[in-house]
Amino acid sequence: MAVDNTEVWQDALVVEAHDVAAGIRRIVLEPEHPVGAEPGSHLDLTVQIDGEPATRSYSIVESRDAGRRLAISVFRAPASRGGSIHMHALQAGDRLRITQPMQNFPLRVGAPRYVLLAGGIGITAILHMARVLKSIKADYRLVYAGRSRNAMAYLSELEAEHGDRLSVHVDDDGTALAVPDLIATVDAATELYMCGPIRLMDAVRRGWTDAGLEAPNLRYETFGNSGWYDPEEFTVRIPRLDIEATVGKGRSMLEALEDAGVEMMFDCRKGECGLCQVKILELDGAVDHRDVFYSKRQQDAGSQMCVCVSRVARPATADGSETGDVPACAHRPAVVTLDVG
Amino acid sequence: MTAIAEARTSQGATPAESAGSTTAKVFNYPLNAWYVAAWDHEVTRKPMARRIANQPLALFRTEDGRAAALADACWHRLAPLSMGKTVGADGIQCPYHGIVYNSAGRCVSMPAQETINPSATVPSYPVIERYRYVWVWLGDPTQADPDLVPDMSQMSSDEWAGDGETIHAACNYQLILDNLMDLTHEEFVHASSIGQEELSDSEFETTHDGNRVTVSRWMFDIDAPPFWLKNMRDKFPGFEGKVDRWQIIHFEAPGTIRIDVGVAQAGTGAHDGDRSHGVNGYVMNTITPETDRTSHYFWAFMRNYRLDSQLITTQLRDGVHGVFGEDETMLKAQQDAIDANPDHQFYSLNIDAGGMWVRRILEKMLDAEGRPAAITQK
Repeated sequence: MAVDNTEVWQDALVVEAHDVAAGIRRIVLEPEHPVGAEPGSHLDLTVQIDGEPATRSYSIVESRDAGRRLAISVFRAPASRGGSIHMHALQAGDRLRITQPMQNFPLRVGAPRYVLLAGGIGITAILHMARVLKSIKADYRLVYAGRSRNAMAYLSELEAEHGDRLSVHVDDDGTALAVPDLIATVDAATELYMCGPIRLMDAVRRGWTDAGLEAPNLRYETFGNSGWYDPEEFTVRIPRLDIEATVGKGRSMLEALEDAGVEMMFDCRKGECGLCQVKILELDGAVDHRDVFYSKRQQDAGSQMCVCVSRVARPATADGSETGDVPACAHRPAVVTLDVG
Repeated sequence: MTAIAEARTSQGATPAESAGSTTAKVFNYPLNAWYVAAWDHEVTRKPMARRIANQPLALFRTEDGRAAALADACWHRLAPLSMGKTVGADGIQCPYHGIVYNSAGRCVSMPAQETINPSATVPSYPVIERYRYVWVWLGDPTQADPDLVPDMSQMSSDEWAGDGETIHAACNYQLILDNLMDLTHEEFVHASSIGQEELSDSEFETTHDGNRVTVSRWMFDIDAPPFWLKNMRDKFPGFEGKVDRWQIIHFEAPGTIRIDVGVAQAGTGAHDGDRSHGVNGYVMNTITPETDRTSHYFWAFMRNYRLDSQLITTQLRDGVHGVFGEDETMLKAQQDAIDANPDHQFYSLNIDAGGMWVRRILEKMLDAEGRPAAITQK
């Protein structure tokens, strides 16, 4: 079991790239230094956004031939920060820089019961786990939720592979997942592994706590790439340092502040460790907390944020509900005024 | 340079070309296998440190008595969890910053924050308690089948009694397997207790099947060496006369060797299955690699007569302790000589048949894991 997550950057050859669902492209990579990937592992890779390199994380869907072929799948978000556009342009024969498989989401073998929950593109982190649990004849259920069937990658393969153990919930078919119903079927000995949009994961986390289930039995991974609002351009100000910077849709606030010459402290870059937190002095807009470091109470207090993943947005409606299709350019950028440590 | 010097130099420079993998000197260890990590009584609520197959482990028991094995390094700054303490029903607390993990290695409490970092885990390893030992599986956990625990059933059977100890051996584990698979050495290393010249005079038979190897040796109508004469007299007071002696060595991969040993009054049919005129013991050995060049050697001597005599249990344990002490000295000296002579190879003798089958089986296991048989010399 790998403990060492020190990144080993290397070249990889794209050997296959094709669509597996509406807006989802499967990309098979041949890494220079193959290492078998455990279920739950991911790799980081370098994408180009407006000519600038940026790092993105993708779960490894399949590892073949002791890691000589690694499959990932990329959802081209309508409100992409830019990474998925780059990834969707890849063709067989292209090269890119990747890390070795890294593990932050290990599947524990030996739990009495499992629930695997995937929302949309989150299936990429879950598919390999389901396959392993089936192979060891574990007691598992696979719950796969999405907006429409044609946008749900690997659906027919999963139906064939997992039969009755799979339940599918599709918004467009009127069979949307009811999180409380799912939580009600979970007992104290069940481990639940999930990956999906932050709304789904937050609902499960709240339901889990409310049901009195043990926190360590709820396993999830987030790359901080899913928010309550679509990413949009906003302005960040640090009066004490006389800094004003624009955070583009494809950049994080951390990157924008570093570009502006602010010396920032950070580590995980995915909203887990809390090292990059800053004080919010003033806010014209709404904070889109995409981290898992703060508790709900702390997020609601609105006095701090993790700049590696969290953003600021100007929701179209006053009650803070989803912006839907309203283009970001239709209104003034949101502004956040900060102090940093 | 003389021709001899030239030949020696070139030979030394390319040992790999002439040395087949069956003669690897420092042997790699399969990871997809159960290894004994500790005697059952060693693992308590107070965490202990033990390195198994080069992996430092923290071993402890939960409140309900289950043994658990976690990597002995906190997720945060890698402080050893074995220096910490067990907390609550199922937890272990890092001694440095107080982070608490459950027995599955998941963080359950983090200092100075309201949430728990979802990445905060330490590897946990499958554990089974069986035959008075705590076994651990360090490889692919999906292959950790309890049915693969080597048979050590005499350890916990009502029909056998005895006890044992652990030797911390300063050698690669495979040298110990070699030692136990060929008992010819008893004549030379253990001359005062169990050695006798008939050992190297007698025939032996080697068979193999799957991950098991058996070496059988019978010696007929011989004098009982001191250790066995004492055992015969424990069961048959005043025994005098010749005996038939047997040693049936049962290896089960990767490191368990049970030796069915005994003597019976000569000509009373022990070889044909009637051991009622003799004494029977099982030397139970299971060897766990600690590092490339050190091993945990768990042994016990079990007997199937006078089961209620603690005196005999203690005497046998102490007697074997003395015998194995002689092996320990030899094994360390052998490892030192191996390391001091990196350009020299192993050669094999007829008596190595059992040990060579063991190597073959271990190589296949390693090959299935995509790992080489030989560990590169220091």
